Amino acid sequence: MENKFVQIKDISKIYHTLDDETEALKNISFDVDRGEILSIVGPSGCGKSTILSIIAGLIKPSSGEVFINNKRIEDMNKNIGYMFQSDHLFPWRTIMENVLIGLEIQKKLDKENVDRVTKLLNTYGLKDFKNHYPSQLSGGMKQRVALIRTLAIEPQLLLLDEPFSALDYQSRLAVSNDISAILKKEKKTAIMVTHDIAEAISMSDRVLVLSKRPAIVKTIYEIELTCSDRKNTPLKRREAPEFRHYFNKIWKELDIHVEE
Amino acid sequence: MLKSNQVEEKKYSPEHIQYLKYMKRKNTMVQLSQIALLVLILFLWELSANLNWIDPFFISKPSAIMNLINQFIKDGSLLLHTSISVYEVLMGFVIGTILGTLIAILLWSSEFAAKVLYPYLVVLNALPKIALGPIIIIWAGAGTSGIIVTALSISLIVTIMATFNGFKEVDEEKIKMLQTFGANKFQILQKVVLPATIPTMINTMKINIGMSWVGVIVGEFLVSKAGLGYLIVYGGQVFRLDIVMAGVIVLSIATVIMYKLISILENTLLKWRQ
Repeated sequence: MENKFVQIKDISKIYHTLDDETEALKNISFDVDRGEILSIVGPSGCGKSTILSIIAGLIKPSSGEVFINNKRIEDMNKNIGYMFQSDHLFPWRTIMENVLIGLEIQKKLDKENVDRVTKLLNTYGLKDFKNHYPSQLSGGMKQRVALIRTLAIEPQLLLLDEPFSALDYQSRLAVSNDISAILKKEKKTAIMVTHDIAEAISMSDRVLVLSKRPAIVKTIYEIELTCSDRKNTPLKRREAPEFRHYFNKIWKELDIHVEE
Repeated sequence: MLKSNQVEEKKYSPEHIQYLKYMKRKNTMVQLSQIALLVLILFLWELSANLNWIDPFFISKPSAIMNLINQFIKDGSLLLHTSISVYEVLMGFVIGTILGTLIAILLWSSEFAAKVLYPYLVVLNALPKIALGPIIIIWAGAGTSGIIVTALSISLIVTIMATFNGFKEVDEEKIKMLQTFGANKFQILQKVVLPATIPTMINTMKINIGMSWVGVIVGEFLVSKAGLGYLIVYGGQVFRLDIVMAGVIVLSIATVIMYKLISILENTLLKWRQ
């Protein structure tokens, strides 16, 4: 157990307002191996994003602990890359200035790092857009820029919070292909929250299903597709014969809780 | 940059060239009409004064005003009055903008202070600051300093309110994004809150330049011995309507120039918008 890369131990979270309190998470425990991509699916409003915020140290859990690399997360962890639903690129900065913002904040803006980020932009098809402003790019490209901004600080762990849901369906498939390729190429460990079951199965090694609020871990599926060699793209993985099988299982699991 | 190059290289269809010509002509027509309208009004004014349709004693006439402005330019009094007023306006405006922004930053950095002080700001904002004129003159002195403080009192609260509200409208998620990189409060202010609020600040400056002029003219009405406001009041008291009109015209020219300067600033700061 101790050598798991990410360990989430018995996390609970209660939100307080003046009128009421809401129990969002209840005794959530799971762990993630190094280099693994884990997806979290669940009914909307069940507290999926809350889990990511707690892992990132942005909010404190009511009880429970998070360990990354055997280190307990107390505060904001600079070694975590967080990717949001929308790109949050700053319109007043060029693409290059946008991707460097993390390094700028962490005061690591040296030549070596800038060269590395430049290489990332070049590799992932943004070579000619470094001096463009975000408004000149398509939604899919902007999301790619957002990922590179996240990767620029060389995070140990990536947290993806519905990273494709602001895109239209076509770009969504294309960008999830791109991003999954980038994650594998850069050998990143990632936890992704999504409400799209197909996306979860096609992109990850394991899928964690949450119940409705207060969320508990319902099941964790080990995704094994016959074509599944890690090099396969999400689009290819969707063609695997077991894909439907997983899809139906997870869908049923979610559905039961909608009816309850 | 790349975009504009692409546009230049592209070959347009005859229809598009026709369209561009049409739009250009339309634009020229608007500008010509604007000038024509001004000329027409001046001409009718001059004509009706010369033919005694209106009483030039009360309304003066363009040629008399022009002569007077010429004379003022020659004896240096135009420069004197204008420079005094412009100085007072700029002082009120610059101090108001800087101080207002600083106070807004303080309110932003302490939620508690903001909550405590907000009702006071609302009351101060609603209060017609002109009413404070006499008190300010007594406290700050019957001279340039009193006038600057009058101008400041009008623009300061507006700046604080508008800027602070601008700060609060900055997307929380963008702030959260910076926090995931470990940004501290100062970095959040510097990297996202201030840049995101620049459009709001520019708009506030546009309002404030007018506000500062109001403050300065009121101040000069109350106490001064020089300045455009003084010139206007003096002209009114001695029934020299040409002096009043000359003062108003110079005043509007000065306002337009300052407004233009802020527009230039806006275009430099907000290049990314184009």
